[in-house]
Amino acid sequence: MSDSASSSINYLNNDKSIKSWLFTLDHKRIGIMYLIAVSLAFLAGGILALLVRVELMAPGETIMSADAYNQAFTLHAVLMIFTFIIPAVPAVMGNFVLPIQLGAKDVAFPRLNLASFYIYLLGACIALGALVVGRVDGGWTFYTPYSTSVGDGVLFITTGVFVMGFSSILTGLNFIVTVHKMRAPGLTWNRLPLFIWSIYATSIVQVLATPVIGITMLLLFLEKFLHIGIFDPALGGDPVLFQHFFWFYSHPAVYIMILPAFGIISDLMGTFSRHQVSGYKFVALSSVAIAFLGFLVWGHHMFVSGQSAVSSVIFSLITYLIGIPTGVKVINWVSTMYKGSVQLKTPMIYAISFLFTFSIGGFTGIMLGVLAIDIHLHDTYFVVAHFHYVMMGGNVIAALGGLHYWWPKMTGKMYNETLGKIAAALVFIGFNLTFFPQFIMGAQGMPRRYYDYLPEFQSYHLWSTYGSWVLGAGLFLILFYLIASLKSGKKAGLNPWGALTLEWTHTTTPPNPHNFEETPIVKRGAYDYHLAKELFASGGEVSEVVTSGK
Amino acid sequence: MGDKGSIWLPDAMSTFANEVDALFWFVFWTSTVLFIAVVAAKVYFMLRYKRTDETSVPEPVHESKLLEAAWIVVPTILVLFVFIWGFDVYLKMNTDPTDAYQISVMGKQWAWEFEYAEGVTAFSEMYVPVGRPVKLMMNSQDVLHSFFIPAFRVKMDVIPNRYTSLWFEATEPGEYQIFCTEYCGTTHSGMLAKVVAVSEEDFAAWIAEQSQDLPPEQLGEQLFAQCAACHAVDGSAKIGPALNGRFGTDRKLADGSTVTFDENYIRQSILDPASQVAEGYQPIMPAGYSSMSAKQIDGLVAYIKALQ
Repeated sequence: MSDSASSSINYLNNDKSIKSWLFTLDHKRIGIMYLIAVSLAFLAGGILALLVRVELMAPGETIMSADAYNQAFTLHAVLMIFTFIIPAVPAVMGNFVLPIQLGAKDVAFPRLNLASFYIYLLGACIALGALVVGRVDGGWTFYTPYSTSVGDGVLFITTGVFVMGFSSILTGLNFIVTVHKMRAPGLTWNRLPLFIWSIYATSIVQVLATPVIGITMLLLFLEKFLHIGIFDPALGGDPVLFQHFFWFYSHPAVYIMILPAFGIISDLMGTFSRHQVSGYKFVALSSVAIAFLGFLVWGHHMFVSGQSAVSSVIFSLITYLIGIPTGVKVINWVSTMYKGSVQLKTPMIYAISFLFTFSIGGFTGIMLGVLAIDIHLHDTYFVVAHFHYVMMGGNVIAALGGLHYWWPKMTGKMYNETLGKIAAALVFIGFNLTFFPQFIMGAQGMPRRYYDYLPEFQSYHLWSTYGSWVLGAGLFLILFYLIASLKSGKKAGLNPWGALTLEWTHTTTPPNPHNFEETPIVKRGAYDYHLAKELFASGGEVSEVVTSGK
Repeated sequence: MGDKGSIWLPDAMSTFANEVDALFWFVFWTSTVLFIAVVAAKVYFMLRYKRTDETSVPEPVHESKLLEAAWIVVPTILVLFVFIWGFDVYLKMNTDPTDAYQISVMGKQWAWEFEYAEGVTAFSEMYVPVGRPVKLMMNSQDVLHSFFIPAFRVKMDVIPNRYTSLWFEATEPGEYQIFCTEYCGTTHSGMLAKVVAVSEEDFAAWIAEQSQDLPPEQLGEQLFAQCAACHAVDGSAKIGPALNGRFGTDRKLADGSTVTFDENYIRQSILDPASQVAEGYQPIMPAGYSSMSAKQIDGLVAYIKALQ
């Protein structure tokens, strides 16, 4: 069956012209175009990270000047956060997977979806334009008055972020409508895959938070051109106000970055344990709760900024409220394996790695939420390490798991499983080697964004740099074998992982341009393996795909 | 009283540093135990429930309400406990004793300036008495900075449009590092200073010594501490050119012209740094030093003139 299915028309081969890609309204093709765009952003940001780590191998100048270093780490952060992590999972996997998991032919507004992609490209170009017009340094936070004192770069960056944000708003809106209106018959909210729940929660944050960066941009422009004092103390403004605006957007943005990862991990844990995800309702609804609570904790970035002590106390308390559901999710993912049937394929290895690295990110987050401790740790490498454990150890490792999981469906090809496992191990070891020493040197007092440092910190920096090479090797290995699989990979079956969500059970591999031959009718929840025993009884391919003789 | 540091934390040398550390270690060990439990469960389940039969489909587990409630309630109690403890220590750190000795701190790109009530100004070293609370009233001349003394576990942003403050009481004589921890430009990482904690008698003696009028060259040497992040005096190039052995020589400027490195050139470079930029360097010297008094500039000129 798999042969006849894969030789038929699919979304990749139905029209191969360049024009058919650039003007496509197919959510799958738009997802693939996003995949290429964010991968390039990740590659560029990653190369910058490697350069930054080499510079830090020894105190003083190693390979670049102070100004070059300051701009390199800033550009690394801007590329990684705004052009890679924020769109990566929702725009790539959300676009490709979400409509199919819902049993829909496409998203609710396909034209808007294509528009989102081009708006994203436009925004990325504007943000990169900042490098051409002026100097941009000081990290991705762009605190005034420094950022506005070195040129107009910050205006470009906020404009670029806002334009890219518009792309997020439109994608989010599209997904919210799609989830509400286009679920297949029988696909009730309680049966939705958890990936859908988390993308849904992410979409809410995208729609609500992004306008704030627009307001910030407008205020920066008012100050620049009409000289109305808002952030600039020289004009009577308040630089701390900028921090409030920045974090009112950027803290929810952190949840835009991490919630989709939660969705991927839930799907991976369920599929590769062939088991119901423990505490399904809690995992689903806590994502939505986190999405809302995420708006109320921005001040925990500002305990030493000069904000009032009372605010700091309240923000610290709410931070714990948001930490608990996150912790409970981790317990739920672990207990999904309990009495399950665990298969350690490459995507599952990433899910297991995630539980390790993300837990460290979570516990150190609790540490940073403690008022008295944060005063010591704030703006040191401890924060840098915590952030990377959540963003890279959380989002990126989950995204890699998701990419390996859906790769056969996207491309119709299997990657080399052995190389996949070796790369996953390299990424895990390299990641921990890079960032764990940063916790220690941060607690010892090493401040972040330092070009030069005191000699006592060198051994930690050295380990960190060695780690970055292992990590880089792992990531380049992935790039290599994924591209190789397009040429020489084995043909993927309909459902190589034995998953029960619709993209695996009811579509061909790769899916045909309209996803389904006929509208699927859903009779069980996304992880109700025990209700689908007959599908597994033969030990062969698990599929209910209808090809109607084509 | 000061406690030796560990691999995780630097020496604890202020009165509340030990309390911060106790809290740190509580969170650290609780987290470590919970983390090990999570990882152990994960590894055990992974191995114990490994798939051996492709056709097997396990039954769902009946979820225990008690267990679920436990893993919500226990962490909640733990974090509330940590929150209250953290709040308590935070209050202490935020409530400066009314009898604290006050020092004014000015942050500027890329140096710290310390002004004492006795009229003394210091740059690279902030002398403080041991065993007496010290309160810093801080302000910035240009962009945001942040004042951080790891050994005392204190940190506070320094802002241009208002005062911020912090306090500490050093427990033992010694020298402790001061960092700037809010990014402030090219030489952010060079914006360093030291706290020098000394006994009350030594502190009084230091104040008395500093209160005397210094000869210009010594005054210049003292003031030069704020230039040292960017200008070397041993001939090596930093962000800015080295200043030793240059006096009386010709200097090529970025615009191609040549000037003599004399008293006027030094004065001009302090008052209007962008007007005569040395060849091969960027015009990044902050204009903030133009607020120096004529006497201070005389001192710097005398000091630089004498550098070999």
